[in-house]
Amino acid sequence: MSLDVERIRKDFPIFEREVNGHPLVYLDSANTSQKPVQVLDVMRAHQERYNGNVSRSVHTLGTESTEAYEGARARIATFIGAASPDEVVFTKNSTEAINLAAYSLGQMLRLGPGDEVVISEMEHHSNLVPWQLLCERTGATLKWFGITDDGRLDESALDDLVSERTKIVSLVHMSNVLGTVNDVSRIAARSKAVGALLMLDCSQSVPHLPISVGSLGADLIAFTGHKMLGPTGIGVLWGRFDLLSQMPPFLAGGSMIETVTMGGTTFAAPPARFEAGTPPITEAIGLGAAVDYLTGLGMEAIHEHEQAITRYALDALSSVPDVRIFGPATIEGRGGTVSFGVDGVHPHDVGQILDALGVEVRVGHHCARPVCSRFSVPAMTRASFYLYTTTAEIDALARGLDQVRKVFG
Amino acid sequence: MMLDGLYQEIILDHYKNPHGRGLRDPFDGEAHHVNPTCGDEITVRVKSDLTDISYDGLGCSISQASASVLYELVQGKSPAAASAIHHAFVELMQSRGQVEPDEEVLGDGIAFAGVAKFPARVKCALLPWMAFKDAAARAGVDVGVSPEVKA
Repeated sequence: MSLDVERIRKDFPIFEREVNGHPLVYLDSANTSQKPVQVLDVMRAHQERYNGNVSRSVHTLGTESTEAYEGARARIATFIGAASPDEVVFTKNSTEAINLAAYSLGQMLRLGPGDEVVISEMEHHSNLVPWQLLCERTGATLKWFGITDDGRLDESALDDLVSERTKIVSLVHMSNVLGTVNDVSRIAARSKAVGALLMLDCSQSVPHLPISVGSLGADLIAFTGHKMLGPTGIGVLWGRFDLLSQMPPFLAGGSMIETVTMGGTTFAAPPARFEAGTPPITEAIGLGAAVDYLTGLGMEAIHEHEQAITRYALDALSSVPDVRIFGPATIEGRGGTVSFGVDGVHPHDVGQILDALGVEVRVGHHCARPVCSRFSVPAMTRASFYLYTTTAEIDALARGLDQVRKVFG
Repeated sequence: MMLDGLYQEIILDHYKNPHGRGLRDPFDGEAHHVNPTCGDEITVRVKSDLTDISYDGLGCSISQASASVLYELVQGKSPAAASAIHHAFVELMQSRGQVEPDEEVLGDGIAFAGVAKFPARVKCALLPWMAFKDAAARAGVDVGVSPEVKA
């Protein structure tokens, strides 16, 4: 079933606006997605009619809030194929989810000198810096997979990199720069064989691909709400329940305890153990509504649409002179995020001229500086797509690039 | 197009044909600055008598043209004159387009008046000037207190 994109776009009020006198062409969904009225309405209704704190109130509003909050958790669990809603921990974003995992796993595993943590050169800084810090704190060693010239994970040294010394492997599932979707099956099998835990940063994959944690082969995944039609301020750490139940807390405070005395504290079971303090209630409910919206359209249909748009974009960009695409040149094993360079023009200038034409793209190092270094450029321009992206928007991008070449020609 | 204010011919000229580019010896002070949000980098070297200012970097047209203009304006000036130019340029960039630049002081730098209206690009224009200030300080040249950088 293919998507009725024109119908879908009517759900997103932002597409009614103009930018610098041009219709908005939003090609920055890998940065943050736009929000449909269905999500905005649910959040507003919650604040207007049902607001109360969760998990602690006996009154009606508190009960209704708790039901809405836990209902969102259950729908998100179903959306990613989790065995139980208790495997879904709400966080602020992917970054917090990964920091939680790095801190807690470091404690749980008593990480120390001689132990190794393996990541990749393809990581967003959020799946890189927390592990660097963990290794600095504990004396463990950080290692990483490289990137091949065509933008794939270089698995040629897999058996050396992931060894009996490896305690944690944490990898990006879909690159926020190159668009590469990593087939992690071999790495998952190797990690399991050596007894290492595997975490995946699914910030770019959960919004766009049908994901079932049961078949991914990961022990933990992180993703964020605002890249999947939900609000900012809400993210998810999913973990196998038997793993989560062994992990010590990260942030401490209200709601995460079992019994507190002045002499010591015992902790609640997951997910509450990892949700100290009043959580982002409205945001969690908003993410639940976003998941309903995505489920209604079907993740397979969304993925198919994005594959078609990406194929169209790769063709369109390849036909613009002086444009170099970074990452996989075909749609096999890649998603709807395409980074490129224009010869002789800095990405900031590309982005500025495109913005003057209403075309919103991301420029810079995309919080993944090692990826830019790998391809010997200080920065890249990135166009990223979603369920609402049209071929007319890709055409506007290509026309904009002609304008870029004219100004700097 | 709105961009006419940003990409003035003067700026594009300096970008395509930069003046004084390339790191040179001898020098008395050096500073390396980066813009962490975009990855732009610049290294500036200063001789204590300001007879040479040399630089090299990677960056957008605005930051690279700004370095070229800096070289042209400040190289060979007295510390007092360099300080006055530095102050005037930083003030112009902080002005959100509300300050009329003085061509007597800023020369080709007046072309950057349009950049001040694009808050996301002000940091690009200031990158070489802030690196210059640090390099000068290390060479024992005080270019004075700049207006607060808020960009």
